[in-house]
Amino acid sequence: MILRRPLLWLILLLAALFAWLPLHGNNVSLREDLILVALAIILTSNLNLMIGYTGYVNFGHIVFYGLGGYVGVYLMTVRGWHLVPSAVTAGFAVSLMALLFGLGILRLRGAYFALATIGVLVAVQSFVSNFEPWGRSTGMYVSFESYAPLGGPRHALWTTYFLIVAVMALSLILSLGIKASKFGLGLFAIREDEDAAIVLGVNATIYKAIIYSVSAFLPAVAGTLMFFKNGTIDPSIAFEFMLSLEGIVMLMLGGQGTVAGSALGGGLYERLRSYLLTSPRLSEFHLVIAGALLLLVIRLAPGGLIGWLYRLVPRSREVIE
Amino acid sequence: MSGIFASMIDGLLIGSVYGLAAMGLSLIWGVMDVINLTHGAMIALGMFGMYLLFNATAINAYLLLAPMIAGGLILGVIIYWLAVNWVVDRPILMSLLSTFAVNMMVIGIGTAIWSTSPYNVDFSVPGITVGEYTFTGNHMFAALSAVLIALLLEMFLRRTRTGKAIRAVADNRDAAELMGISSTRVLMVAFAIGIALAVASGALVSTLFPFTILSGAGYQLKSFVVTVLAGLGKPFGALVAGVLLGLLEGAVSPFIAISWIPLIEFGLFVLVLIVFPRGIFSRATA
Repeated sequence: MILRRPLLWLILLLAALFAWLPLHGNNVSLREDLILVALAIILTSNLNLMIGYTGYVNFGHIVFYGLGGYVGVYLMTVRGWHLVPSAVTAGFAVSLMALLFGLGILRLRGAYFALATIGVLVAVQSFVSNFEPWGRSTGMYVSFESYAPLGGPRHALWTTYFLIVAVMALSLILSLGIKASKFGLGLFAIREDEDAAIVLGVNATIYKAIIYSVSAFLPAVAGTLMFFKNGTIDPSIAFEFMLSLEGIVMLMLGGQGTVAGSALGGGLYERLRSYLLTSPRLSEFHLVIAGALLLLVIRLAPGGLIGWLYRLVPRSREVIE
Repeated sequence: MSGIFASMIDGLLIGSVYGLAAMGLSLIWGVMDVINLTHGAMIALGMFGMYLLFNATAINAYLLLAPMIAGGLILGVIIYWLAVNWVVDRPILMSLLSTFAVNMMVIGIGTAIWSTSPYNVDFSVPGITVGEYTFTGNHMFAALSAVLIALLLEMFLRRTRTGKAIRAVADNRDAAELMGISSTRVLMVAFAIGIALAVASGALVSTLFPFTILSGAGYQLKSFVVTVLAGLGKPFGALVAGVLLGLLEGAVSPFIAISWIPLIEFGLFVLVLIVFPRGIFSRATA
């Protein structure tokens, strides 16, 4: 069923390109660029499950990524686990926590939910900053021994890169799969009119809690991988509110509610940001430019780039979902 | 024992400034159903506005509140037309994003000008010493100014024609339109007042603590907590809730490390949201 969707093959092609391009000629600087793009796509496409599919604005999405990083790095450095089981365990742990939080805060609707997600982010950050086993505000370092099972640091960084590309592909396939499913239709119904959806038999509470929890899984896995790669984690990097907000900008830029839009927005914005941050004349103004861009997008093209494409070429809907 | 008492008085004084900041957020939210995410940036602009104005004139910082408020009103009108007017009746995501976009621009420009290093307004009023504790004059003047501004706003909303129109639009915009009230004008005025309150509270904070261009974000989060505690569209309730939050901070700070306070505040915030989704002091509205 999903195999017949052209976008699936495009996603796999994208992942293959990501894996092949830096490997070709051992181009480490390209790999470092692409890893950030892949991370942006992972965060954006999972955020899309909440904002685009379900219509609930999550300002604190980064909390999943940060907590995932903490759980994974803790398991590896203190418990001596291998990278992959640590990342998967982090994913499940954070998903479970999201499910519990979700059952509480998802009783709120609209703006109240959005504010509660900020509350969750700040509360979790404050907790982690004071949590002794996780190094409080100084955070944790990945010990050098953790690289040994992966064949030394150089090898480990490549392995991590391929894993992140795989998580990126999984994120997009997950979005595509949910979009096609009955569950996905239930989410869209909640987005359009939650009361009507409930009357028609959609169990909104359970649906929302499940999607909140699902949207936590892959970002948490990516968190472990990224912070393992960076070698260090601390509360101000792990729970950076700005990154959480930029995720929303990326999603709006690409087109909320679409699989391709989250990838496109994530990729484009990340490249733009990297360009602005490294440009000597514009680096100070990267927030100004990002803000102006966001204002223009929501004013002129609320559907984002993909929404604009749909209007231009209506038939593109069938391929670019 | 008297230590906690002194700490609570200090919390009460600072809490009234939190309350003033939250009044602006609450007014805008209640009247036009827009959550103003430029709030923190406006508080930060209030801080830097006070810094510039004080260094230029070197007169009593609390007298400078008047021009700061006037500037805030003008700024509010500009932002209203730039980012708010066209999202008033759109889904909440749109207004969150458009105000957030303005926030990013203001913070971006501010960072480019002032970087993120700390500044302070070098102005102090002699304080009162009771036993071994000193209450600084700045804290008392700031609290007094905050309460005074809050009272003026309350009088404006109750006594003047425009104030009554704002309350009418907050209650039921369609009915207000039918009574011949131009709701666009009213929304613009309410938004401008909300921004002016944020600027004023930022100006007051700048006389108490050192600040950076990013300091507004923390006060914005506190304003959310206070607004939700008070319920929407109740500016005066926000002042009371702000004072309560300050009291809470003052009461717990002698006992625990200061880094735990956000956890307590936001834990409380999420809990209140879940248990009383419409605010503790709120009446039920549709």
